[in-house]
Amino acid sequence: MTANVFRAERIGKSYPGVRANDEVSFAVAAGEIHALLGENGAGKSTLVKMIYGLVRPDDGRMWLGDALYAPTDPRAARQSGVAMVFQHFSLFDALTVAENIALGMENPPPRRELAARITQVSHDFGLPLNPGRRIVTLSAGERQRVEIIRCLLQNPRLLIMDEPTSVLTPQEAELLFATLRKLAAKGTAILYISHKLEEIRAHCDRATILRHGRVVDSCDPRAHSARELAAMMVGGEMRAIDRSGRQAGEVLLKVQGLSQPAPSAEGTALKEVALTLRAGEILGIGGVAGNGQEELLAALSGEVRSTPGTVLLDGRDLSTEGPEPRRIAGLLAAPEDRLGHAAVPDFSLAENTLLTAGARKGLVRGGLIDHGGARAYAEAVIRDFDVRTPGPGAAARALSGGNLQKFVIGREVMQDPRVLVVNQPTWGVDAGAAAAVRQSLLDLARKGAGIIVISQDLDELLELSDRFCALNEGRLSNPLSTKGLTLDSIGLMLGGAHGMEEARA
Amino acid sequence: MIDPLSVFLLLLSASTPILFAALGELVAERAGVLNLGVEGMMITGALAGFAAAYASGNPFLGFAAAALAGALISFLFVVLTQVFLANQVASGLALTLFGLGLAAMFGKPFEGVKAPPMPAGPLDINWIVWLGLAMVPAVWWFLNRSRPGLILRGVGENHDAAHALGYGVRATRMAAIAFGGAMAGVGGAFISIATVLQWTEGMTAGAGWIALAIVVFSRWTAPGVLAGAWLFGGVTVLQLRLQAAGVQVPVQLLSMAPYLATILVLVLISARQKFSRRGGGAAPGSLGLNFHALR
Amino acid sequence: MIRLVPRQSASNGWQVATPLLAVLATMVMGGLLFAIMGYDPVAAIRTIFWDPLFGPAASYSRPQLLVKAAPLILIASGLAVGFRAGIWNIGAEGQYIIGGITGAAVALAVYPLEAWWLFPAMVAAGLAGGWAWGMIPALLRNWFGASEILVSLMLVYVAQRVAAWMAFGPMRNPEGMGFPGSRNLQQYPSAANPELIAGTGAHWGVVAAALAVLATWFLMSRHIRGFHIRAAGIAPRAARFAGVRPQTLVAFCLGLSGALAGAAGLFEVAGPAGQITDKLGVGYGFTAIIVAFLGRLHPVGILLAGLLLALTYIGGELAQLTMQLPAATVQVFQGMLLFFLLGFDLLTRFQIRRRVSA
Repeated sequence: MTANVFRAERIGKSYPGVRANDEVSFAVAAGEIHALLGENGAGKSTLVKMIYGLVRPDDGRMWLGDALYAPTDPRAARQSGVAMVFQHFSLFDALTVAENIALGMENPPPRRELAARITQVSHDFGLPLNPGRRIVTLSAGERQRVEIIRCLLQNPRLLIMDEPTSVLTPQEAELLFATLRKLAAKGTAILYISHKLEEIRAHCDRATILRHGRVVDSCDPRAHSARELAAMMVGGEMRAIDRSGRQAGEVLLKVQGLSQPAPSAEGTALKEVALTLRAGEILGIGGVAGNGQEELLAALSGEVRSTPGTVLLDGRDLSTEGPEPRRIAGLLAAPEDRLGHAAVPDFSLAENTLLTAGARKGLVRGGLIDHGGARAYAEAVIRDFDVRTPGPGAAARALSGGNLQKFVIGREVMQDPRVLVVNQPTWGVDAGAAAAVRQSLLDLARKGAGIIVISQDLDELLELSDRFCALNEGRLSNPLSTKGLTLDSIGLMLGGAHGMEEARA
Repeated sequence: MIDPLSVFLLLLSASTPILFAALGELVAERAGVLNLGVEGMMITGALAGFAAAYASGNPFLGFAAAALAGALISFLFVVLTQVFLANQVASGLALTLFGLGLAAMFGKPFEGVKAPPMPAGPLDINWIVWLGLAMVPAVWWFLNRSRPGLILRGVGENHDAAHALGYGVRATRMAAIAFGGAMAGVGGAFISIATVLQWTEGMTAGAGWIALAIVVFSRWTAPGVLAGAWLFGGVTVLQLRLQAAGVQVPVQLLSMAPYLATILVLVLISARQKFSRRGGGAAPGSLGLNFHALR
Repeated sequence: MIRLVPRQSASNGWQVATPLLAVLATMVMGGLLFAIMGYDPVAAIRTIFWDPLFGPAASYSRPQLLVKAAPLILIASGLAVGFRAGIWNIGAEGQYIIGGITGAAVALAVYPLEAWWLFPAMVAAGLAGGWAWGMIPALLRNWFGASEILVSLMLVYVAQRVAAWMAFGPMRNPEGMGFPGSRNLQQYPSAANPELIAGTGAHWGVVAAALAVLATWFLMSRHIRGFHIRAAGIAPRAARFAGVRPQTLVAFCLGLSGALAGAAGLFEVAGPAGQITDKLGVGYGFTAIIVAFLGRLHPVGILLAGLLLALTYIGGELAQLTMQLPAATVQVFQGMLLFFLLGFDLLTRFQIRRRVSA
């Protein structure tokens, strides 16, 4: 038994109205890859923020080695030997790789020396990086390398990884785990946060499972099936999804030769995208984030117009029409970002129906708003989609992620679209709401609508879709029937991007 | 007939107020703060500097007082945007309106008196002009080579990331705003103490707004600010020369030149940013956004 | 320790209370300022806020209230629409000046013709002039991405110089004995904007301001365009998703606020001011920004805020006469008011809780 590098004892933290963590105790040993497993909202983020000094615990104690550990801020945490790779918010786009790394270190060496060390360490770990490049020019995988190198340069005793593979292809994730193995072999303790069961089963030595802010179990993940782990995480069996009763009918949507320049420096250009969607069919589009998903949705929803002849619904050319005419024609969409894109955070649910349902539900006539009608429609969506909220007057921002997602999807589904395009329909949503959203999409398809599901969750795509294609650097692959497709073969479809060759060299 | 050297000296002098104000605003904007109160801070500095110089008979004391006054009045903006999390655009406007009013109110007793003479510096160029020129490499070095400058840029680029790494977003921004205020104050005082040599109401005449445009023009770099300030100074000198030469164009139309030039420059630089493929993100990522951390 | 907790939705009670609190705080701070400067604070505050309505000279000053409030409300109504969308037209002062010039130009061009259509034509020209001046920053933003804040503001200085040029050059009164300034439109019956009801100060600008309040209220609460404007201000991407083209909104908001400011300028030139001079702009365009914020960008609030700020103008003049307070006092007051308002605004968006230490 190796010594514990980190130990938490009965940690607790409350926010107004929420007990984020309660009596959380666990320990991470040297050389161990320790998984922290839990649903969204289970309290994983709060816990790691406390370990990294961003948030202070209300009660409980932490130890690092043999010493009591109570970091006042992240710099104190770094000085004690704790490093963290964030899921979001941790890189500075306009700054160079070297500058980003310097900002993550307490006492960075002079510029030249730092650059040399970055080059050297990154090669040693098989994650080559050019210290002079600006972050904007890097792919998602390369950006993560910057974060990891930033941590490695400080020789951390405890390395925290917050959902690191959510932006990686399966192959890139393999590379990451190889790196973590090397680190662990040198005695670093690794705390690995994720909700991806398969990767935890394959790579982690221990798992601590959180539910509603409490530790519900601790186990060796390799000794359990994914289904068992999911049951621990969710606290009960998952409801099976009903896929029956669907038949592909006539062609509804046809996209051909759709090319768009990148909307911004960080965006992705669409290149010759083509697809056909039939009535009653669900087409799954997979891919790592940032490969053109948002751009494809925008081109289909009408937020971005394309050259004539590229987007046809029932043979009618909608390419140069905006979102409203497309909705009237029956082409609806639900973007990924719920707050701020699919809904206005400060508006009530009733007002939020006016964003998309004005024409099809007769809520806006001759430019005049029927506020009563909007309220009634919001009430109907709330009722039929089991949205937990005080009522249609509640602000969108007051809803939990899962409830708002049910509302947003419900708002589109209840307009009886001919074609519905959704991006990441269950991202950051609890298991119950995710199942409800997926079932509603299947039900809509059974009624004869065509549905495009864009998602990074491969399990979700395999569960829902009849055909699957991959979006990679703005190119869409040819669709394959999902019957007989495995996660591995999909992984190969998604791969090739993000300088994998360079990394292997 | 026109001696290039004397024209250049005029240009240096005409560009100095804008140079100071724009360098200060550059630092504030690199920290992610859009302070539209530059005009208000300049006029405050113009009055405070003039008053102190007049009272003490020492113009340099005047500039010190102007820097202090500019920093002090910028504290109002600090309180509004960093403590009360008010909208930066509205708060900056409020600062400008308030500063103009305050200066007009307290400036009455100083109308009609003359500033004490400034001793000339090396090469017969004003010491403050030299100081302004020296500030350009100093600000550049601070932003690009020093550790506090790196942290400041990090805060301005992505305040969430800076916070996550443990840097004080609020403290950094407060310091940057105060620096911007002090610089704007000195810039304003240069107009009253070294150029016009007296106090008149509203004498900054939009120089603060032009400074804001110059920061955009500079693509948020110190050398760019110098280029912008000289461009502006050149247009001003040219316009004054044409007036003096008695060109057959009404004075009122000639005096539009600096403002029209500013618009033109703004359009050109914005267009370049908009239409170039790889340009794009010259502005700091968190510019104008307020930061509130849940603890 | 005190801690800020964001509210789930803006508090309605505080929405109304904060402007009142801000006015109160301004009075207190203003009083302090007067005391420091050696004036009697109570007398000064009373002179500014009470005497114009109820003091000994109220019969003279009361009509001034509508005269001063009309342009403020007219301009602020338009500005508020843009501010809601996050489109910052801060050059209303310039649009006001240009509207006054184009409106007056119609009258000066046909002088001394008397015709019923002249005044309506002037209003149309004023609207058009302000609209066109507002469209310059709109188009520069839409085409090139230039900041409408800076462009609209630069155009104020340009407009001021256009006014000066007009007053000294093309529009100078040929019978003015060489003095700068145009013919006086108040002495030109078809072009004049007279007091409609004697003793009230109400001229056509007051009618227009009332209409503007009603129209913007309808736009913002009943019409889908207003809904889109509000959505764009909070969540631009959601507005695009709904089908709004940002360029259309920029042109609409800057055009609308420009046109209303232009109309305000025309009513002023044809009425209270009477002529084009180099001092045509008196700061209404900037004060209207404060009116818009103090009125919480809501038409009814703007109506009340416009009246209040008009009061400070009149009270300031009164205090200048009776107490020799500096003329800039009003400006300081107005700036302070905006400061306090923005500061107190925190209360509508956050709850203040005392931190309970464990």
